[in-house]
Amino acid sequence: MSVSGITEAATVRRAAAAISRAAAPLVRCERLTVRFVGREGTVHAVNGVDFTLEAGEVLCIVGESGAGKSVTLRAMMRLLPDHRTQIAGRITVGGKDVLALDRRALGDLRGGEVAMVFQEPMTAFDPVFTIGTQIIETVKRHDGLSERAARQRALELLEMVQIPSPARRVANYPHEMSGGMRQRAMIALALSCRPRLLLADEPTTALDATVQIQILQLLRRLQRELEMAVLFVTHDLGVAVEISDRIAVMYAGRFVETGSVRAVIRAPQHTYTQGLLASTVHGAMRGRRLEAIPGAPPNLAALPPGCAFAPRCRYVEAACATAVPPETWLDDARMARCIRVTANQSSA
Amino acid sequence: MSADALLEVRNLRRTFPIRGGLLQRQVATVHAVDGISFEVKPGETLGIVGESGCGKSTTARLLIRLLEPDSGTIAFDGRTVGGAGGIPIRELRRQVQMVFQDSYSSLNPRCTVEDTIAYGPSVHGLSWEVANARAREILAKVGLDPAVFAARYPHELSGGQRQRVNIARALALEPKLLVLDEPVSALDKSVEAQVLNLLIDLKRDLALTYIFISHDLNVLQYMSDRVLVMYLGKVVEYGPVESIYADPRHPYSRALLGAMPSMDPDRRGEQATLTGDPPNPIDPPPGCRFHTRCPHAEACCAAAEPRLSADASVSGHYAACHMLVPGSGHSAAPQIAA
Repeated sequence: MSVSGITEAATVRRAAAAISRAAAPLVRCERLTVRFVGREGTVHAVNGVDFTLEAGEVLCIVGESGAGKSVTLRAMMRLLPDHRTQIAGRITVGGKDVLALDRRALGDLRGGEVAMVFQEPMTAFDPVFTIGTQIIETVKRHDGLSERAARQRALELLEMVQIPSPARRVANYPHEMSGGMRQRAMIALALSCRPRLLLADEPTTALDATVQIQILQLLRRLQRELEMAVLFVTHDLGVAVEISDRIAVMYAGRFVETGSVRAVIRAPQHTYTQGLLASTVHGAMRGRRLEAIPGAPPNLAALPPGCAFAPRCRYVEAACATAVPPETWLDDARMARCIRVTANQSSA
Repeated sequence: MSADALLEVRNLRRTFPIRGGLLQRQVATVHAVDGISFEVKPGETLGIVGESGCGKSTTARLLIRLLEPDSGTIAFDGRTVGGAGGIPIRELRRQVQMVFQDSYSSLNPRCTVEDTIAYGPSVHGLSWEVANARAREILAKVGLDPAVFAARYPHELSGGQRQRVNIARALALEPKLLVLDEPVSALDKSVEAQVLNLLIDLKRDLALTYIFISHDLNVLQYMSDRVLVMYLGKVVEYGPVESIYADPRHPYSRALLGAMPSMDPDRRGEQATLTGDPPNPIDPPPGCRFHTRCPHAEACCAAAEPRLSADASVSGHYAACHMLVPGSGHSAAPQIAA
């Protein structure tokens, strides 16, 4: 199948998606919890995450290190080590119950319907095989193409991600490429079997600024053309604004605020989101003191009983420490987990 | 250059040989820092920005002589570093201290926080008792309670706390100049703001001068008075922060600023300002090093290297581009007045 073929398939899928949208979202994640059990205690990495993702939608999970962003992402594909990890809740992708799949079905899912782009392509690629070989292997496994057809597909994919002289680059080993080129190749590999869901774990964090914006724009274009759903994880609000339709702000294993990118950026409801925006430096702040959030993120092995952000929150009250604040929905798409936010409050 | 500069760097150059083959002969050369000149005035913050491989960190290491330059001179407070009659390296390191990006690997895992900070002063002649007292004093200054943190080891600290310890260690010798090499890049946003506030407070309270290296243009704009833009071992633009951010003269600076995320969902960039990756500093392109990625490149750009020349309208603003120099041969260059 050629690049245009891939786009055609997307058009067909787009029509199908429009029909199925009313029925069910592509991804549904319900009450997801992930615990890591170790000798020194249990780390509560994800503590009840709920979200849905429609076909062709981009949801960005934003948070600091240890917030549980990457763990949530990995749970979508069950990439977490089975022993020592306790996953509870329910994840469905395209109607399949991911947590119930057997090995074989999981193999079909990974790289087929769901693909992932990692932060560090140098460690995500196998260093002893060429880029081409790794794409060809994937395409043969999932689509059952011949060697010849798979090679042709690999070339088209490299062209699609705008790698110059793909015929030469297909024979490159990962170390022979620059960082930006490797990340493009990683995207080509992820898209090789036309996934319906792309998981992206900080794909531009290791890249230089001028390369980062190129990769973001590439991902955005391909996402639209191929009508993929994307779950994108980043710690950088600027990146989230560039790529996403919706944003979910994560803190200590919970979504504390979700909403459209405009709503979250322009009218943040949760104190943590407000603090994150206020402490994100930009030029206009010159000469003014930064409003830093005091303290540090909590220890996930010993979470406080109430709101996990309470110890750092300037509006903390007694009720914050007694129970985890429930989700307050301001409208269909806008949620904040804070007792100060009330449902009848305007979101503007 | 003016006589009142605290630090003056002239034609600083450093290359690294790459050896290969059976006899380990030199097969190539990395031109990490290739003839750069700049000065730092007392009390200011000079920001250095550029992409990976542009020579930012090599420059920092040359300044405190963790690396020997191949050629060029560095003068601190009017005295040339090294050589006869100049300022000895040991004295230089008392006056110029550095904070590194990786707060974990730059601390000795077997030393407590207090010992780490007191080590410098004790090497420079203070008794351990006095040095330890000073360490506790400085810990309080960087916002860490000495009663809690003095006896801790690096692995018992968070990233932000470790970076505070690194700053405290750098301050222990009461330096005049601090070289900060990506000091907040490894920190989370909420902690980054805390450390930036701390750096601003310390600078004011202790009358420090900073060289602030970062790839984050927002942080750099917030912190710097003047900015130096580097590309593949060269200075391409140099000037006051307002002037560079408002009206960058060099196409690379423009591209770099154009690549900043806007934080506005309605103003997403549709067209990347540059294509491709920065070239390898091994065998950099001839002429202007940016010509392989520059949208305005012409024949003259590959043929001759542009010199850093002063901008006519803003004093102290320099850029190295043929388009700005009359008679350079570039079609966009200003005409020479008849």
